[in-house]
Amino acid sequence: MPILSYREAIRAAMREEMKRDENVVIMGEEVAQFNGAYKVTEGLLKEFGPKRVIDTPISEAGFIGLGVGASMLGIRPVMELMFWSFSYVAFDQIVNNAGNIRYMSGGLINCPIVIRGPANGGTNVGATHSHTPEAMLAAHPGIKVVCPATPYDAKGLLKAAIRDNDPVYVMENTILYNDKGEVPDEDYIVPIGVADVKRAGTDLTIVAHGRAVITSLKAAEILEAEHGVSVEVVDLRSIRPLDEETILTSVRKTHRALLVEENKPFCGVDAQVAYIIQSKAFDELDAPIGRVSSIDAPQIYSKPLEDVQIPSPARVVEAALKVLA
Amino acid sequence: MSNRHLTTAVAKPTALTHPESLKNPAGPSAFAKDPANAGLTKADKVKLYTQMARIRHFEQRCIRTYQQGKIGGFLHLYVGQEAVAVGTLSVLGKNDHLITGYRDHGHALMVGMDMNSCMAELQGKATGCSKGKGGSMHYFAPDKNYWGGHGIVGGQAPLGTGIAYALKQKGLKGCCLVYMGDGAVNQGAVHEAYNLAALWDLPVIFIIENNGYSMGTSQERSTAHPGSLAKRAEGYGMDWDLVNGHDLYEVRAKTAIAVKRAHEKNRPTVLEIFTYRYFGHSMADPDKTYRDKEEIKGYREEKDPIKLWEKELLNEGVLTDALVASINEAAMEEANKAADFADASPYPTVESITQDIYWEEDNRGKDTTSRGTIIFE
Repeated sequence: MPILSYREAIRAAMREEMKRDENVVIMGEEVAQFNGAYKVTEGLLKEFGPKRVIDTPISEAGFIGLGVGASMLGIRPVMELMFWSFSYVAFDQIVNNAGNIRYMSGGLINCPIVIRGPANGGTNVGATHSHTPEAMLAAHPGIKVVCPATPYDAKGLLKAAIRDNDPVYVMENTILYNDKGEVPDEDYIVPIGVADVKRAGTDLTIVAHGRAVITSLKAAEILEAEHGVSVEVVDLRSIRPLDEETILTSVRKTHRALLVEENKPFCGVDAQVAYIIQSKAFDELDAPIGRVSSIDAPQIYSKPLEDVQIPSPARVVEAALKVLA
Repeated sequence: MSNRHLTTAVAKPTALTHPESLKNPAGPSAFAKDPANAGLTKADKVKLYTQMARIRHFEQRCIRTYQQGKIGGFLHLYVGQEAVAVGTLSVLGKNDHLITGYRDHGHALMVGMDMNSCMAELQGKATGCSKGKGGSMHYFAPDKNYWGGHGIVGGQAPLGTGIAYALKQKGLKGCCLVYMGDGAVNQGAVHEAYNLAALWDLPVIFIIENNGYSMGTSQERSTAHPGSLAKRAEGYGMDWDLVNGHDLYEVRAKTAIAVKRAHEKNRPTVLEIFTYRYFGHSMADPDKTYRDKEEIKGYREEKDPIKLWEKELLNEGVLTDALVASINEAAMEEANKAADFADASPYPTVESITQDIYWEEDNRGKDTTSRGTIIFE
């Protein structure tokens, strides 16, 4: 099977869907002539031309809103945000308009827009560029949010997102862009709302999404090698819809749960996951649910400290041992 | 350029800033023979009158229903502004679209939404145009090219620009009319939409329905501008014009020019249409602090767009007093029947609260790709 980087997998998803459906267009800052701020869209302008791959001004409320409006008429825009942090200046368009219009029109209007881009800390760029808004956005019914952790999932989820008739927000991670993995050539999608057991185990369930999955897999290896513990890692992949069954099935097997995310702890994704586990599998738990999140402060600039702020394999191991105690 | 935006410490309500030439628009319209109007038949002209009368009577009936406590939330009335929606929309063709803010009833009735479903929506009934999920500010009729009905000031401007983009992308000869109030022109989203429309040659017409007040703040206290709100278009290299919104012929004539520009050159336009609302910003506005009663009275008595159109058509011999009476009677009866329909309609079911959120959830099994829990307890 071909090996692609996470970046190449996203590009492949866009290329295939642009070939499949002429209504798919790419828009964003520096996506065309510049070939993408992270080179995700490299070569797409050359292949599809300026009518399909469109550079926008730095004007997120304007161009995201324009994409929302165009999607109501059947265009399928794939909008790139250079950082999901920049979505905050387009919040009205992303939440009020894209998220509410189907409901407020009694189901008359659909909004098949995709907004994608990196949403992560850990890159030494300070608080304004390091937001992870998946929990905040997934809190709005009408919106779907996915957070791929691997090249395979990045391609499959983005393809599913582009075909989806509702707004889907794809949160990538700049630190993962160079990660490589097997990605099949043939057409496939990863259904939105299906979690994936990335590692099977029997003693502890770790639930994670995005780059926290990679961190948790590293922690699982340490736990096995150094502590003889068998850890199962559940990758949510999709925040809303959420695959409750896969989480609960794993917890019923291991009876212990540790939740890992790069969000700040307050109202994070894992607050909801913890609620679901205690609500639906309370009697299965042999220990309180553990959590590892980013340290609760605006993202710090200083690189060595930012590495401490974000969950690391060492912190996950430490928290896992507490849940296992 | 004046520094009037700095003089915020006004003791008494400031007067409207409508241009001098628009202050006494009564009398025969200079635009009656304009190419946009030359082809109007007598029946067309009567229809335009009927459409304005229907909007007026619908909203007057809404006031009663509101006062009866049957309409919750906000109710932003269009009374006084009817010639704007009717005039602008009457020159559109089949690929032309529109989107507006929350003062959206007039546009809705003009594009052909029926009074029953509009009235039922206000009462939050299941038979409402949005099944009771949108309310007064959120009417939609995509089958009639009407994309709402938007509650956040100026938030519809990028959407309308996107509709225009979609038309161009699909190779359709059409345009999108984006309505907003004078209060919207200071929102960033509007300026971002202006920039994109001009930069990308999009067939969009921004229509500022300037009724003089953004809620309770007069234009003088809210907006720094180079002589008019529309003139800001020059900063984006867009064409613009000022329109007397009390003269239906003029509204039609100047809109037609902008539509032609959009259709033939894919170029945007900003039209500032001077108009006036007789009631408060919404029914929740007691309307006592920011404008003189005399000002309202002056507009009602001398510049009412329906009365002026009536006079115009009586002079032309198109309308008769008897016809005027019967049209108004029919419109009032239609509005009363709509209120009865809304009264008799059921509220939405509890189950419907979680419907119409996701296409994928409402169409489970039909070509859907999503799984998992999508609506939470």
